[in-house]
Amino acid sequence: MKFELPALPYGKDALEPYISAQTLEFHHGKHHQAYVNNLNNLIAGTEFENADLETIIKKSSGGIFNNAAQVFNHTFYFEQFCKDGCKEPKDQLKAAINAEFGSFEAFKEAFTKAAVTLFGSGWAWLVKDASGKLRIVQTSNAGCPITDGLIPLMTCDVWEHAYYLDKQNLRPKYIEDFWQVLDWKVVSERF
Amino acid sequence: MSFELPKLSYAYNALEPYIDARTMEIHHGKHHGAYTNNLNGAVQGTALEGKKIEEILAGVSAHSAVVRNNGGGFYNHNLYWEVMAPGGAKNPAGELLDAINGSFGSVQNFKEAFTKAALTRFGSGWAWLVRQGDSLVVSSTPNQDNPLMDVAEVKGTPILGIDVWEHAYYLNYQNRRPDYVDAFWNVVNWDEVARRFKG
Repeated sequence: MKFELPALPYGKDALEPYISAQTLEFHHGKHHQAYVNNLNNLIAGTEFENADLETIIKKSSGGIFNNAAQVFNHTFYFEQFCKDGCKEPKDQLKAAINAEFGSFEAFKEAFTKAAVTLFGSGWAWLVKDASGKLRIVQTSNAGCPITDGLIPLMTCDVWEHAYYLDKQNLRPKYIEDFWQVLDWKVVSERF
Repeated sequence: MSFELPKLSYAYNALEPYIDARTMEIHHGKHHGAYTNNLNGAVQGTALEGKKIEEILAGVSAHSAVVRNNGGGFYNHNLYWEVMAPGGAKNPAGELLDAINGSFGSVQNFKEAFTKAALTRFGSGWAWLVRQGDSLVVSSTPNQDNPLMDVAEVKGTPILGIDVWEHAYYLNYQNRRPDYVDAFWNVVNWDEVARRFKG
């Protein structure tokens, strides 16, 4: 099965001024596309040629894992934005966040800290574990929580390519703006 | 005495068009500046205060991630600025050339191996030319690790390094890391690499 780059569910300039059209053009059109292309090339003629993405992520390593996980991570990341989206978690997710972190504000603070302090390239995630408990986790490089049996609900890409054109070294500013475009409706549905 | 952000021996625009002035300014002033400050903050008032950076890195497995990350970031960028120069020697010469030929067969083979190490380092990190006694090897390290660290897979004395964190090239080259690595060869300061080789 050939993997394909999913189209963005919004225009390239839809997240301006928080995430620029130029950043999305490279991030989606070049980086995400390259992971898709690399994955297709790497799995050709291997045991993973006809496997679905999650199976590849759970069973592969090295280059195949890196590219498969980055395809998943970026698809998951791009799907969760909408400038006019829902700014706060709803219903059951809201209750779960309050129960786990004390308040939405406290959750945002803890998640921001995870995103700011991940050293090097990687991701910060809000996940649900097997018992249904919410957790914040960090992964390095292509790391993806589904390999640990966790269910991802929301993620922030902190590879420098996600923000360098807009914010340069100011990762905290990128995360501040990330909250402005995160659509909690999508996250609540995932929950 | 605390660690100090070194001044560059050339202007921010001196490596243009290969490395642009804006990249240099942010890379040196902000990124390297932050590693320097964070390292000072981490060692202040501890047993590491006053130690040489090489000594700290050699025993880094015993220290915190903050020391490892910022100590590496401080040292690696010091080296990076010094192994680049505008109008530097375009090729290795003398004993360094002999050593490169001896270890890799030719300068071309060495450049290919180094380029491959720089391009295949997934995520953030560095590629290195490392002296091990009389011979040379190419390696790469993740994040701000380096060959002086006891945690490095390939240990030795780094004599040339290229930063492949995206911050080193993203403003100028975006996703095109290969173009940045190609351009890097135009600004390598081979006199400095030779000096480090004789070390």
